[in-house]
Amino acid sequence: MARLISPRMPHGLMREEAGDSVRHHDGGTAAMRHADDPMATPPGDGVSSLPCLSIRGLGKHFGAFTALKAIDLDVRRGEFICFLGPSGCGKTTLLRAIAGLDRQDEGTIAMSGRDVSDAPPATRDFGIVFQSYALFPNLTVADNVAYGLVNRRRPRAEIKARVAELLALVGLPDQGHKFPVQLSGGQQQRVALARALATSPGLLLLDEPLSALDAKVRVRLREEIRSLQRRLGVTTIMVTHDQEEALAMADRIVVMNQGVIEQVGTPADIYRHPATAFVADFVGTTSFLDATVTGPGRVVSGALELACADDRGLAPGTPVLLGLRPEEIRLRGVGAGDVNAVAVRVEGLDFLGSFCRARLQPEIAAAGTLRADLSANLMRDLAVAEGQTIMVVLPPESLRVFAARG
Amino acid sequence: MSLAATTGLSTAERSPALREERVAGVLIALLCLFLVAAIALPLWALLSKSFENHEGSFVGLANYARYFATPTLVAALYNSLWVAALATAIVIPLAFIYAYALTRSCLPFKGLFYALALLPLFAPSLLAAISLIYVFGNQGMLKGLMFGASIYGPIGIVVAEVFYCFPHALLILVTALSLADGRLYEAAAALGTSPRRVFLTVTLPGVRYGLISATFVVFTLVVTDFGIPKVIGGQFSVLATDAYKQVVGQQNFEMGAVVGMILLVPAVLAFLVDRLVQRRQVALLSARAVPYEPKPNSSRDIGLGLYCLAVGGLVAAGLGVAVWASFVRYWPYNLSLTFGNYDFQTVEPGGWAPYFTSLAMAALAAAIGTAIVFVGAYLIEKLKVFPAGRAFAHFLAMLPMAVPGLVLGLGYVFFFNASWNPLNLLYGTLAVLVLNTIAHFYTVAHITAVTALKQIDGEFEAVSASLKVPFWTTFRRVTVPICTPAILDVAVYMFVNAMTTVSAVIFLYGPGTKLASIAVVHMDEAGAMAAAAAMATMIVVTAIGVKALHLVLDRFVFGRLQAWRKR
Repeated sequence: MARLISPRMPHGLMREEAGDSVRHHDGGTAAMRHADDPMATPPGDGVSSLPCLSIRGLGKHFGAFTALKAIDLDVRRGEFICFLGPSGCGKTTLLRAIAGLDRQDEGTIAMSGRDVSDAPPATRDFGIVFQSYALFPNLTVADNVAYGLVNRRRPRAEIKARVAELLALVGLPDQGHKFPVQLSGGQQQRVALARALATSPGLLLLDEPLSALDAKVRVRLREEIRSLQRRLGVTTIMVTHDQEEALAMADRIVVMNQGVIEQVGTPADIYRHPATAFVADFVGTTSFLDATVTGPGRVVSGALELACADDRGLAPGTPVLLGLRPEEIRLRGVGAGDVNAVAVRVEGLDFLGSFCRARLQPEIAAAGTLRADLSANLMRDLAVAEGQTIMVVLPPESLRVFAARG
Repeated sequence: MSLAATTGLSTAERSPALREERVAGVLIALLCLFLVAAIALPLWALLSKSFENHEGSFVGLANYARYFATPTLVAALYNSLWVAALATAIVIPLAFIYAYALTRSCLPFKGLFYALALLPLFAPSLLAAISLIYVFGNQGMLKGLMFGASIYGPIGIVVAEVFYCFPHALLILVTALSLADGRLYEAAAALGTSPRRVFLTVTLPGVRYGLISATFVVFTLVVTDFGIPKVIGGQFSVLATDAYKQVVGQQNFEMGAVVGMILLVPAVLAFLVDRLVQRRQVALLSARAVPYEPKPNSSRDIGLGLYCLAVGGLVAAGLGVAVWASFVRYWPYNLSLTFGNYDFQTVEPGGWAPYFTSLAMAALAAAIGTAIVFVGAYLIEKLKVFPAGRAFAHFLAMLPMAVPGLVLGLGYVFFFNASWNPLNLLYGTLAVLVLNTIAHFYTVAHITAVTALKQIDGEFEAVSASLKVPFWTTFRRVTVPICTPAILDVAVYMFVNAMTTVSAVIFLYGPGTKLASIAVVHMDEAGAMAAAAAMATMIVVTAIGVKALHLVLDRFVFGRLQAWRKR
């Protein structure tokens, strides 16, 4: 089941007010816009209020394997959406279905209100960037960027100006004469981005665009893509398996697993209020305890009784999974009478640079182990060492209750 | 795009893309149609003919029963099998040691030795037979070495087939031997294993699939070869010459079809074994394998060097004797040189015409064949529409590999000569020769093109679609330029094989379309050996010339056009 979490949309509203005039507000794009350019036709009143992309009941099978199941999703104009999930979760399949590259078996896709479920890719309004860049190796950088423009029979000077402008936009001015093989991976990916943006598509699709790059280049390019996307206001969908990338870039994240959408929400939403144990585990780190509901706001894991703020109204006796982020465990100023104060033994300490990750075993047998992140100065102040027994608080408001593992 | 302003966004965007899908579908359908006409229907004609009597009514297995009840025909089958087995048993060890020297030793001039051994690929198979006749035949220089035995018969066939098949076996074995994982040898050395044990436990198991594949390929080549037994076989009949005699000599089409079907058996077997073996071979070599680097070992290197010198020299001599003899005034009594034998007018009514017909046929087969093969491979490999059609086309494209030229030629006779076939006016024309040649050599060309296309990023078509560029523009601007080397390979392969082939076209030429390779057979039949050698020499020179031109162009001209490959 897909959940459509109602969005708070911090910047979205602003962009929606600005409407399409913000899209491609760089000067040269406007120069390219002619009365006979279908891309330039400002959408009518009806169009702008429609979601840029609307997916209903999408499904796809590869033989007995279900790649996508009952996907529902709306993408608003100007949004930056990330499809996040482990490999094989169906995120790339969904992106390719949106592009029309691999047709879905069931369900519909509408772009700006137009049903494109059965339309070939060439009639859908999108630009795409692949992990492999897919730059044409025998064409220069400029010819690559101009590839989609030449086909529209624009005057040569105009194409040249547009290419120069796009290359400047992605930070590669004066590199137009080179061949792709002469550029670094990060530069090639910028060229691929420029090529995808050249025709001013209504939707930009990015298929793991940063996965093939070095860690440092990846972070820099990630920021650049994000700021470029904000400047142009182009609706963007990016597929990634890297949760950090998704949290840093997306307006909304679509977390997928085994062909279904687990949760849709803003990065903060996804991190703070994960809807399922999968989301809690995949985005960030969570320690889990098997537990049973004993009463309103009360759960028990093994012999360890705990209070939790949100029991999801589950009846006593329901088996559940308790989740707790490692940074939420409190060690300072713990009094014996505090709610959920628990004596734990430090089983192990992994040094991770700026902090240590501790494995904590409750003295009262619980069904699971806890992990806690201890900052360097906390370690110093409390002199935490392996084998020690300490008191910690598991704050009730931070304990998340999930459906028990099937 | 000025239409867009008047007709609105959706129609302006919708129509070109829908047209693109339709064009793709039509092209794939056309490809299927071509392959059906060029490959499937002729084979079907052969198959059905073998189950029919002379009047064309179905008689079940009667023809086959008659075949196996006729002692002379069964004797030819038996002859074919033992001759092929013997030739295979000789070629495989010879080629294996040669390949071993080229891949596992520090022999100098490896490229030269490799090229020397590959020379017979550029000649019609019967050239080796002509050379043998010059050396050991009735007028042979070294006739005495035969100790009274005759070269005309099984001895001559086996020796000539060894020459002819040597490069085919060598190609497969060199590939197999160069796929070695160096780490296995290092591990064996670290454990103090003796060289003999390393050979038995590492080297041989590593190439066993290559050996199996080479064995089947050579056996099939010998069974299905027509040129050599025709020239040097004398009264010794084999399957291939029987098929020719039945069809051309006795007009017994049904029995010819049966022989054709029997010829198909080893070829299909070899094809299936090869497919099986290739799948295993790929799995054998992991991605992390380290290539084997031979270390100098003077006694081994000198020994193998002498071996290569001897074998490579003999292979070259197999070609060279015929070339030399073609310039000799009167073999072996007057060895002064002359161009007289190249004046074909005296022995061949057409004079030089067959040579030029061959040139035209080879050029057309190369040009048209390469275009069809490459466009076809692109449609099959890169497009998404009409999956059933693409799978069918791929199956048909792989089929000719399993069909010997003689069998395909027979199929063409039955199909294009049939009175009910509107295409029968093509019979005997250059067009049918070109079509047959393209079909005959389709598979290797197809595999070459598909391999090249697979190396291209699979997302180019997706990118083009997103930029609203039709696939044919991307084909022209990106795919063809990137694949130019492979396209040239295919063209040269087609040209060389069109020049040298005898087996398929021997049934198909007409009065005005006799080919050089067929003229060689005819001149030899008429006893004009020197002229036959001269014509065969022209074929070899042309084929090698085209290959050399290809290498030179590749190195100096196309290298410059492919500047984008360099950093």
